[in-house]
Amino acid sequence: MPTVTDVVCPLCGCLCDDIRVEVEGNAVKKVRGACAVGRAKILGHGRLKSPLLREGDELKECSYEEAIKRAAEILAAARRPLLYGWSCTVCETHKVGILLAEVLGGVIDNTASVCHGPTVQAVQGVGLPTCTLGEVKNRADLVIFWGANPVEAHGNHMRRYSYLTKGWFRPEGKKDRKLVVVDVRESRTARMADIFIRVEPNKDYLVLAALRAIVNGFADVVPESVGGVPKERLVELAEMMKTAQFGIIFFGMGLTQSRYKHNNIEQAISLVRDLYAFTKFAIMPMRGHYNVTGFNQVCTWQTGFPFAVDLARGYAWYNPGETAANDVLSRKECDAALIVASDPAAHFPAECVKHLAKIPLVVIDPYPSPTTEIADVVIPSAVCGVEAEGTAYRMDKVPLRLRKLVETEFLTDEEILERLLDEVLKIKGLQ
Amino acid sequence: MAELLIKNGIVFDPINGVKGEKMDICIKDGKVVESVSSEARVIDASGCIVMPGGVDAHTHVAGGKVNAGRLLRPEDGRKGLEPRTGVCRACSGYSVPNTFATGYRYAKMGYTFLMEPAMPPLKARHMHEELMDTPIVDKAGMPLLDNNWMTLQYAKSGDVEKLAAYIAWMINATKGYGVKIVNPGGTEAWGWRKNCGLEDPVPYFDVTPAEIIKALAEANERLSLPHSIHLHANRLGQPGNYETTLKTYDLVKGTKPSRKRQVMHATHVQFHSYGGTNWGNFESKADEIAKYVDQHEHVTIDLGAVMLGDTTTMTADGPMEYNLYLLTGRKWTNCDVELETGSGITPFLYSGKVAVNTIQWAIGMELALLVKDPWKVVLTTDHPNGGPFITYPILISLLMSRKRREEVMKEVHSVINERALLPTIERELDWYEVAVMTRGTPAKILGLHEHGKGHLGVGADADVAIYEISPEETDAGKIQKALLNAKYTIKGGEVVVKDGEVVAVPEGRTFYVDVRYEDEAVWKEMLSDLEKMFKEYYTVSLANYPVQDDYVPKPYVIKAGAAE
Ligand SMILES: [Zn+2]
Repeated sequence: MPTVTDVVCPLCGCLCDDIRVEVEGNAVKKVRGACAVGRAKILGHGRLKSPLLREGDELKECSYEEAIKRAAEILAAARRPLLYGWSCTVCETHKVGILLAEVLGGVIDNTASVCHGPTVQAVQGVGLPTCTLGEVKNRADLVIFWGANPVEAHGNHMRRYSYLTKGWFRPEGKKDRKLVVVDVRESRTARMADIFIRVEPNKDYLVLAALRAIVNGFADVVPESVGGVPKERLVELAEMMKTAQFGIIFFGMGLTQSRYKHNNIEQAISLVRDLYAFTKFAIMPMRGHYNVTGFNQVCTWQTGFPFAVDLARGYAWYNPGETAANDVLSRKECDAALIVASDPAAHFPAECVKHLAKIPLVVIDPYPSPTTEIADVVIPSAVCGVEAEGTAYRMDKVPLRLRKLVETEFLTDEEILERLLDEVLKIKGLQ
Repeated sequence: MAELLIKNGIVFDPINGVKGEKMDICIKDGKVVESVSSEARVIDASGCIVMPGGVDAHTHVAGGKVNAGRLLRPEDGRKGLEPRTGVCRACSGYSVPNTFATGYRYAKMGYTFLMEPAMPPLKARHMHEELMDTPIVDKAGMPLLDNNWMTLQYAKSGDVEKLAAYIAWMINATKGYGVKIVNPGGTEAWGWRKNCGLEDPVPYFDVTPAEIIKALAEANERLSLPHSIHLHANRLGQPGNYETTLKTYDLVKGTKPSRKRQVMHATHVQFHSYGGTNWGNFESKADEIAKYVDQHEHVTIDLGAVMLGDTTTMTADGPMEYNLYLLTGRKWTNCDVELETGSGITPFLYSGKVAVNTIQWAIGMELALLVKDPWKVVLTTDHPNGGPFITYPILISLLMSRKRREEVMKEVHSVINERALLPTIERELDWYEVAVMTRGTPAKILGLHEHGKGHLGVGADADVAIYEISPEETDAGKIQKALLNAKYTIKGGEVVVKDGEVVAVPEGRTFYVDVRYEDEAVWKEMLSDLEKMFKEYYTVSLANYPVQDDYVPKPYVIKAGAAE
């Protein structure tokens, strides 16, 4: 069976690029080297079979032409369209999407606004001392996961990049490293840790502030217990951090989406900055979807801003809290939406989903989802990284090119967007 | 393709020895030609200055670090908002403009070629993605090759042949243009939060920056690349660093050039021309640097001039940016790149009220005015480090007008009269010298003049800037206005700017070097070293590392080494 090697996995922000895939008769037969979820994605599952148009309560099959034409009519007629999603598709799609948003004068946003949006806002406040994953692999002797559970969410992270891997200065792998996990519950990752620190829910900010105080020589102001953590454990952790040769904090949605959101991240980043007085340290968000980072990158170089960009004025207006997807939905402001490669109906607050269901909704996705259920136009697309190639950015912003492993009848996201843009330009008399 | 006839302009084309002569320029099929038919579209350039398109030899416009700068600074993004037009995409940013604004604004200033000087090889694809989205101008990028573990090992063993083979592999893999060096050794040391002086051994690698620079210069000439090594020296921004700078230049005095050009291009030299021992007695040593440059043929420089105002500093020199952040306490981003390099970013305000900033502002101009031979100096601000590229017209007007300099010197910190040289300098650049420093010199230093850039001889690319100003004009304000918004910019024979407005947005080309190393035995040994690096230490596979052709849709390939 022909084996494709060095396949890049289109699942999570790890973008593992050492996957081996056996292909026979234009079908993926076997996947080796990927985590279970990645393997399932590459093997393929429950696809949308045809473009669909809503007729009353039903979604009826139609041609690509009909679906794209209807989608273009909806978007061109809208006064304040929302273009959302983008995190499970390649950068080539993002570029067309941003141009479409410009032409429409719409709001464009990606899933970062409900996962690591607070991270971006924190970075805009204080910056981000970070590195690529290979720096961790080769140098780190202290690895901290805070509000993150890679064993379940980023299956190969520890094996390839962080705790378990061997590196130039860490030839013995995990023997040369210490693993610390900070979380509100004892996750599977926590069970592997040398030190597990359990924080009471929504008290991360306090714990981070206490650590900063200790690191900066103000341990005397720290009470005996902070957020459920005894002071002596914090003193011990602070000492570990200061004396590490190269430390790293990986943080997840346990930190970004709990109370105080971006303030938590600002504290965590500031702690890392403080640690530079003593040693080398870095911090990195554990990005979820495989190309959530890529959208933020493309959107930044094309519009100047990473997400939640409102193009109604003709130029980019960025103000999360006013211009993010949930902002325009909760104000019931947007009057049509295009959702690409994402499932907001499963993840957004109920009132926002309610509004989304009410307005004309176009969805481009390879798979059925709660969002396609409430759509008016559904356009199935090729699976990037399996049926279509293109660029994705790893969680550390290293770009890799996803491969095409098998042929498909489905149009790619990029092709669909291109056609949609063409139709919109025609309707608007711009072409 | 349409023919163009640019009539009656006053032409400055230094590479062809044209110093302000009234003449016509004929264009056909994107090139300068002897003559055109009577069908040619005529552009009346009477009363205007005509120059080749500008060449920026060092400007941070694309890639991971630049984008991290944009992300870090939404407040800068808001400074340059411009709505979408029938021709142009929406624009944003001042010191960190979006890619579209970068292309448009350079074109409006009559620039048609940009060199991105700091591409982390592992993120080469990112730089190319941004270059693809930078309209109008032609461009290229130089991979950082000085802190790479392969380089450190070969420099230590003195194996110039394997180093040359490695450089050839990397330039091809990144679709890069030349060898960029940034704080050699220091960036690797920064992986441990340390730094390196010129003679300090790099931690764990037991090789000094001086040895790295020498080895890279030799390897660069071994491959006969179009450009020399392009060096950001050690100790950037530190008081008293001019001695290190001069020692660094001396390192390659004996290196034999493989082409008719320098063997070292020293970049943003303003940041490396400092005397004194601390911030309190910080002073200009531009005269020492200028003297050296005038007396030696092997080194060329670009200014890295400082323009007063707020900007975003960004370099692969991680420790330098951290120290700058310590000075200001403003926000700070750092990103170390495995086995290769690093980067740091922090906002900075150059204030005329601050003594050190005032001296820095003076030094950039002093270098331009004290080096006697303009063929050794390229005008840059090391965008955006000394100031955004959009300030070039201000810089040029200051260099051309002593009167204007004196007006500004009255407004800035009085230290300028004690610890800078600018007040003592009478020289004013003329239009010819400006054309040399912004066209002829950068094209020659980069080896681009052999590929149609930086001049208007027959066969050159039809990249032309037409400024509505008389060569006799000395008013700084009028000079600025003319340079900021060209009357016409022509790119590859197409009018892209008319009356200061962008009227067409063709895609620019990406230039890269295809270099071959011919000794197969050495090549194989290098490859086996490289394979080990990928297998054991990189986090991407060797197969996924090289930049695919998809990222260079409009290539211009220059052959070098055995491929030539
Ligand atoms: Zn630079």
